[in-house]
Amino acid sequence: MSVKHGILALLERGPMYGYQLRVAFEESTGGTWPLNIGQVYTTLSRLERDELVRPLPESEAGQRPYEITDAGRADLAVWFATPVGWTDRPRDELAIKLALALTTPGVDVRAVVQTQRTATMRTLQEYTRLKARIHQPTDLSWNLVLDAMLFRAEAEVRWLDHCEASLVRYSPPVASLAQAVPDETAAAPDRFAPHAEVEVSPR
Amino acid sequence: MSILELRDVHRVHGRGETAVHALRGVTLTVDAGELVAVMGPSGSGKSTLLNLAGGLDRPSQGEVAVDGTVLGRCSRRALAALRRRRIGYVFQDLNLLASLTAAENISLPLELDGVGLRQARRQAVAALSDVDLDGYATRFPDEMSGGQQQRVAIARALIGERRLVLADEPTGALDSHTGEAVLRLLRSKVDGGAAGVLVTHDARHAAWADRVVFLRDGIIVDTSGPLDQPDELLAAPGGTS
Repeated sequence: MSVKHGILALLERGPMYGYQLRVAFEESTGGTWPLNIGQVYTTLSRLERDELVRPLPESEAGQRPYEITDAGRADLAVWFATPVGWTDRPRDELAIKLALALTTPGVDVRAVVQTQRTATMRTLQEYTRLKARIHQPTDLSWNLVLDAMLFRAEAEVRWLDHCEASLVRYSPPVASLAQAVPDETAAAPDRFAPHAEVEVSPR
Repeated sequence: MSILELRDVHRVHGRGETAVHALRGVTLTVDAGELVAVMGPSGSGKSTLLNLAGGLDRPSQGEVAVDGTVLGRCSRRALAALRRRRIGYVFQDLNLLASLTAAENISLPLELDGVGLRQARRQAVAALSDVDLDGYATRFPDEMSGGQQQRVAIARALIGERRLVLADEPTGALDSHTGEAVLRLLRSKVDGGAAGVLVTHDARHAAWADRVVFLRDGIIVDTSGPLDQPDELLAAPGGTS
C-alpha cells in the first residue's frame, strides 16, 4: 500500500486540498496510519508530475484543490485489481528468530514462544478494547481495519500455539546431538525444555 | 473486591501410578468487574479449573471461594443455592431443557429461587431481547438454530444477580459476528460488576478479557494484562502495514 494510491482513492470522491486529504486519509484508516502534511504535498507533487492528478485554481482562502485525471483513475483501477503480494511485505522476523532459537545452543525455545505469545496477546487485548468502544458498526472502514489487525495478531498466536505443540512432540536427531555434545542426557533438556515435564530425549 | 478465589488448588484424578494431576497448585483471584480468560493446550487443566470455580467439582487440595464463601465448607443445599443464585454457566453443552420454551429455560433458575412467575417471565423476555431474540420466547430449543440456542444459554447465564459468570468456549460454533455479540454481552455483564472467567482456545475471544492466564500441565505459566495506553499501539510502527 502506498500513500499515492490512498490519495488517488480519496480524490476519486471529488477534488480536495492537502489538509482535507490528510484528514480523510486518517479517518478512513481509523488513525492507524498517521500522515504528516509534508507527505501529502510531496505525494501530490509527484502525482501531478506523473499526470495522475491536476491542480485546480486556488480558493479565496488560498487553498489549492486537486482532482484525479483519467490516467490517475486507470492507475487506481489497476491497484484495486491487483492482489497485494507476499513478497512485498517485510521478512517475518519472528519466524526467523524462532528458527534460530531452535538451532542455537542454550536457548529456551518454549520461553521465547511464551514471551512472544504474551506480548501478542496483549496487543490483541488492546485492539479488542478499541473495538469494544465501537458500539454501532457505522464506521465500517475503521471496523475492518481494526479487524485486519485483530485477525493478524490472532494468526500469530495460533502459529505460536502450533510451535509449542510441535516442540513438545519434537525429538532432536540423535546423530547431530551426539556429535555436538557427547553426553546427550545433559544436552537435550538444556536446549529445548527447561520444563521438567517435557520429554525431549530421543525415543 | 474479589469474587472468585482459588488458593493453591490441586486436582488429581485417579490414584497411584495412573493418577492424573489436572491442576498443580493454581492460585487465581478474579475481582468484581474483571474478566479473566484462561488459555492453554488441550489437557492443560482449563475445564477442571472452571468446574472447580463453579462448585461442580471439589479440589483434592486447596480452597475455592466464591463471593466470600468457601465452597468446600458449604452443605450440599447451600452449594446448590449458591450455584443457582450467584453463578452463571455457559458451557459447551448448552443444557437447555428440550421440554421448556426459551423463556421458560431462562426463567427457571429465578422461579426455583422463589421469584414470582410473572416477574420471572418478564425478566426472561427482557433477557431474550438483550441477546437479540425478541419474539422467540415461546420457541422450543429444537425450533431454533444452534446459534440461537447458544444465545438462550447466554441469556440464562446472565440473568438475575449473578456475581460470577463462567464460560467454556461460549462462542462454540457461532459465526464471527454472532460470536462477537456474545462476547460483548459477557463483557457488559462483567462491566456491570460481575466477575467472569472465560475458557477458550481462540485468542481473538480471549482478547476481550482484562487478563489472560496461560495454563500448561496444570500450572499457570504466564499472565497477560492490557497495556496502559491502548492508543499508543496505533501510532507504533507495528500497528500499520
